[in-house]
Amino acid sequence: MRLSSLLGQRRNGRGRPLHWTDIAAYAYLALGVVLMFGPVLWLVLSSFKTQSALLEFPPSLLPFAQVEVTVPGQPQKLPLFRVTLPDGSVRELAQVRRVGLIAQMVDPANPAQQFRVAIDKREPVRQIALATENYSEPLQRFAFLRFLSNSVFVTLVATLITLLINSMAAYGLAVYQFPGKQAATLAVIGTLMIPVTIILVPVYLVVTELGLTNSLWAVILPGAATPTGVFLLRQYMLTLPKDLIEAARMDKASEWQIYWRIVMPLTLPALAVLAIFSIMWRWNEFLWPLAVLTKTEVYTLQIALNAFQGELQTQWHYLLAMTVVTLIPVALVFVFLQRFITTGIGSTGMK
Amino acid sequence: MRGMQRLIGVRRMAYMFLLPNFVFFGLFVFLPIGINVVFSVTGGTALFPSQRPYVGGEQFAYLFDCGSYLDPASCREDHFWRGVANTAKFIVFQVTAMVLFSLVTALILNMKIRGRGFFRAVYFFPVLLSPVVVALIWKWILQRDGLLNAAITTLGGQKILFFVDPGWAMFWAVFVSVWAHMGFYTLILLAGLQAIPADLYEAAEMDATPRWRVLTYITLPLLWPNMIVVIVLALIKGAQTFDEVFVLTGGGPGTATLMIVQYIYETAFSSQVQNFGLAAAASVVLGAVLFVLTLLQFAAARRKEV
Repeated sequence: MRLSSLLGQRRNGRGRPLHWTDIAAYAYLALGVVLMFGPVLWLVLSSFKTQSALLEFPPSLLPFAQVEVTVPGQPQKLPLFRVTLPDGSVRELAQVRRVGLIAQMVDPANPAQQFRVAIDKREPVRQIALATENYSEPLQRFAFLRFLSNSVFVTLVATLITLLINSMAAYGLAVYQFPGKQAATLAVIGTLMIPVTIILVPVYLVVTELGLTNSLWAVILPGAATPTGVFLLRQYMLTLPKDLIEAARMDKASEWQIYWRIVMPLTLPALAVLAIFSIMWRWNEFLWPLAVLTKTEVYTLQIALNAFQGELQTQWHYLLAMTVVTLIPVALVFVFLQRFITTGIGSTGMK
Repeated sequence: MRGMQRLIGVRRMAYMFLLPNFVFFGLFVFLPIGINVVFSVTGGTALFPSQRPYVGGEQFAYLFDCGSYLDPASCREDHFWRGVANTAKFIVFQVTAMVLFSLVTALILNMKIRGRGFFRAVYFFPVLLSPVVVALIWKWILQRDGLLNAAITTLGGQKILFFVDPGWAMFWAVFVSVWAHMGFYTLILLAGLQAIPADLYEAAEMDATPRWRVLTYITLPLLWPNMIVVIVLALIKGAQTFDEVFVLTGGGPGTATLMIVQYIYETAFSSQVQNFGLAAAASVVLGAVLFVLTLLQFAAARRKEV
């Protein structure tokens, strides 16, 4: 019923019949939802599977785990199976041990009663179980918290520095007339198009000269001055009324006070946008930290994940869980950004 | 600060405000550009320019020492040329697919459909993900016992080792890259579509113009400036491709998905002998290509304004 009313919506609200392109469009969008969200959902579901469940082929959709029961008289928990007995009845039995093709089983309710069952006559009893140890164990085993806090530190400090120095520069360019203004603006635009890729080696040299190798500051500082940020803030500050600044000068406010007390609060919307972008850039950054951080203790999450995927090929359960953690801030930003997206970040040409 | 202001005057306070940002620009952008050029004409293994012997155009000559430029195997630095060839191949497929899919998506998202905001967000979502996460998600799906192979075997096919077959590895490199970034380009095209005056469509509807004619005579021609922006941006990003592909395939199998940036990174940082001079020379070549593409972009942007 819902679907038919959805599909039945006519273009322009007029009485036109449903065109085949409308149907194709909805099919495309449905496929898009599966293709765009599906992989991420699959990652999250997989991250809650136990190591043995991950090795299953074909994989099950939900994280299942075999039920284990405590049987009186047995030292360990025993896996539970649904067994078809020779008389045709079906019972749930716990497996004590397996010898060749025969499993020795007991009834959990009545441990004295033993069965010998051919292994193809039993089916594991499974229930949905979240393997939260995938998340908790890496915390103890691989300094995961260290990488997490490195990433958080880099992201927060870099974003604060970026907001401060970019807004200062934007204020300088937006409010004053001074010799060299054109050149300064050009320099900002000029750096817009220079990716870290092509100055990788010399930036490494500068960072080494400053004695910053294998320090988080080596990641924080080089990207702190972003031309995009200066540009965005400048454009916004240009729209603020000039009288406001003049009035403040009349009242003997210093230039710094005008910037800090008057212009900055009014620029908050633009600062928020830049903050979101800076957080995304910094959290996701890969090539530069990869080049400049070589000691494990200063790894950011992204670098640690990449290093892990080489070492832990067989330990996907940890890798997937850590990947999901890396995804969390992004998901939060996404929820926050959704409004902006519909109104079009595209027009500002930012990423 | 007030003392400073008294000292240099109100007008010159602009310099004080610009100073911190430009110190950073200077140290980490302008200075490195200069050093990069110096590096590219010096040899040896030292990191500091003063300890590096001048070799002139030797690094470039070494890079360009090729029997035939179309055959990477005939070059002395065959990895560089494999990187060039792979990047070129990657760009051709990726830009084509990117333009095609983001165009179709933008056209559909521009229709009057329910839940438009939601669908736009859906396609934009992967843009926010880090390249490492993107690559790991797909690696997980594409591995030997992964979801895709499960689907293939359920349908009666044979498991495919996607990262062992060079053709498949390149295909997935392109696919994953398009998956991760098409939302961004879709937004640019969507912005263009919304700038097309509505009365054009109303006039077309009055004349009962068929839909495909509306598309080819109104929508596409008016969208062309945005299309150029998308194409050039995708070219620039394509030439810089590194992270996703690197984490997804490691450049393999063999050198089948080794890109130029990976070549530069490995030459400078992760090979046995850190060859900064050669890496710098390669990055100067890459920089020249990007510069040309950037000029193209400015030309495109200017035409858009007219």
